[in-house]
Amino acid sequence: MREVAIIGVKNTLFGEQWDRSFRDLVVEAGVGAVEDAGVAGEKIDSMFVGNMSGGQFVEQEHIGALIADYSGLAKNLHVPSTRVEAACASGGLALRQAICAVASGMDDIVIAAGVEKMTDVPASKASSALAAAADREWEGIMGATFPGLYAMIARMHMHRYGTTSEQLAEVAVKNHFNGQFNPIAQYKNKITVETVLNSIMVADPLRIFDCSPITDGASAVILAPADIAHEYTDTPIYVKGTGQASDTIALHDRRDITTLEASVVAGRRAYEMAGLGPKDIDLVEVHDCFTIAEICAIEDLGFAKKGEGGKVTQQGETAIGARIPVNTSGGLKACGHPVGATGIKQAVEIAQQLRGEAGKRQVDGAEIGMTHNVGGSGATAVVHIFSRNR
Amino acid sequence: MITMSVPRFWRKQIARYNLVGTYCKTCEEYFYPPRNVCPSCRREGEIGEFKFNGNGELVTYTVIHAAAEGFEGQTPYVLGIVQLEEGPRLTSQIVGDPKEMHIGLKVRPVFRRLGQSGERGMIYYGTKFVPA
Repeated sequence: MREVAIIGVKNTLFGEQWDRSFRDLVVEAGVGAVEDAGVAGEKIDSMFVGNMSGGQFVEQEHIGALIADYSGLAKNLHVPSTRVEAACASGGLALRQAICAVASGMDDIVIAAGVEKMTDVPASKASSALAAAADREWEGIMGATFPGLYAMIARMHMHRYGTTSEQLAEVAVKNHFNGQFNPIAQYKNKITVETVLNSIMVADPLRIFDCSPITDGASAVILAPADIAHEYTDTPIYVKGTGQASDTIALHDRRDITTLEASVVAGRRAYEMAGLGPKDIDLVEVHDCFTIAEICAIEDLGFAKKGEGGKVTQQGETAIGARIPVNTSGGLKACGHPVGATGIKQAVEIAQQLRGEAGKRQVDGAEIGMTHNVGGSGATAVVHIFSRNR
Repeated sequence: MITMSVPRFWRKQIARYNLVGTYCKTCEEYFYPPRNVCPSCRREGEIGEFKFNGNGELVTYTVIHAAAEGFEGQTPYVLGIVQLEEGPRLTSQIVGDPKEMHIGLKVRPVFRRLGQSGERGMIYYGTKFVPA
């Protein structure tokens, strides 16, 4: 298996972008990443695109071909383009497929992109589309919503470990704080614990400020074999580990409601491949679709003991400059969550941090970073570990 | 909104109306919602039908204020995970005062209208739970 490096990255703005279409967004990200890598179109061997639900959000399927076409890679070059879907983990899985394509020796230069255009439908339709990531016939039919499923995780976590609403709120406060330093973030406003606790209830105990927003956005990275990465960039970011795992589609079938076993197993697989452990990681982008999700994630990935995720967050251990900075981008909460793009955006953030290009949110001396992307209530998880050193 | 066709609902009607699931004779493991492959022994398993009496307890729950599409008229409603006596867990609405809900609450099944496929669509029924 060949070693793989990231040689180019690009995020579009994340937010409500009324003036920009699905294809506008993904073409900006893809072309931007290609420019960042300084690679010619003729060199591109294949592309993988994470997209959860073009069908429901913009009534468009056949996303792979559409994007290859409007990126100028179809009509003359006929670059193979594959759409990857795993709900909110679509981006992370597209990245993993792209890594596999390069590692296997099949392809050299590969684009991994992710995109979601969520604001062309009413919020109720968007929520319904997102609910398709759960079990439609045995959860959705009973009136389950995504906030509702994560609220049931939160309720159990509070019951068993004494986690508090204030501790959940601290996740949102930190991620909004980080978001103000990220030029692409949907929300750049600082908030307080009171902001969260006084916001409207969505699914008890989760309030609106415990939830990630509906977002338009796209992200892309360019991959190359590590051996030739220096031909394109002075600062290649090396892929040290990748892990993916599946779990039951429905939350009710999990062995433990407060543990996303897919996260635990995907994390273990990535750690083993990299030959690293939690103590080696300088910063991590986790899948905070809800505040409770970040608390579970830092426990499941080994950055906090089970049950102590809320406590370590409240103690400030996950802030920039502290023991393990979590979600320097602002996370899904403040940076925004265009579902298919999120897994790629996380990799862009880690690459920018490891290159030392993260501006005011820079983690000093960051050498090794991790991304963690979850589909549904935890039926898919994908974890990547990156390093600035080969 | 759940816009299921009539056959899509009808084919699981017995399971939804009467809490009929399956069990693995090899592992003595019970499944609701029904499964045709046992996750423990997979192809070694011999799967049969099993009707649950529906007595169980509340594992966790939420009170939903921002409804799923099609459930707007029901807010706030309680959604919970119920563990049946034989072991399997399922997601269902719990009918009753949200303030009376707590983890460990004993519940029993009731036959209820679940929803409707759009304004003029099929009304569909199934099992909800109430405090026992």
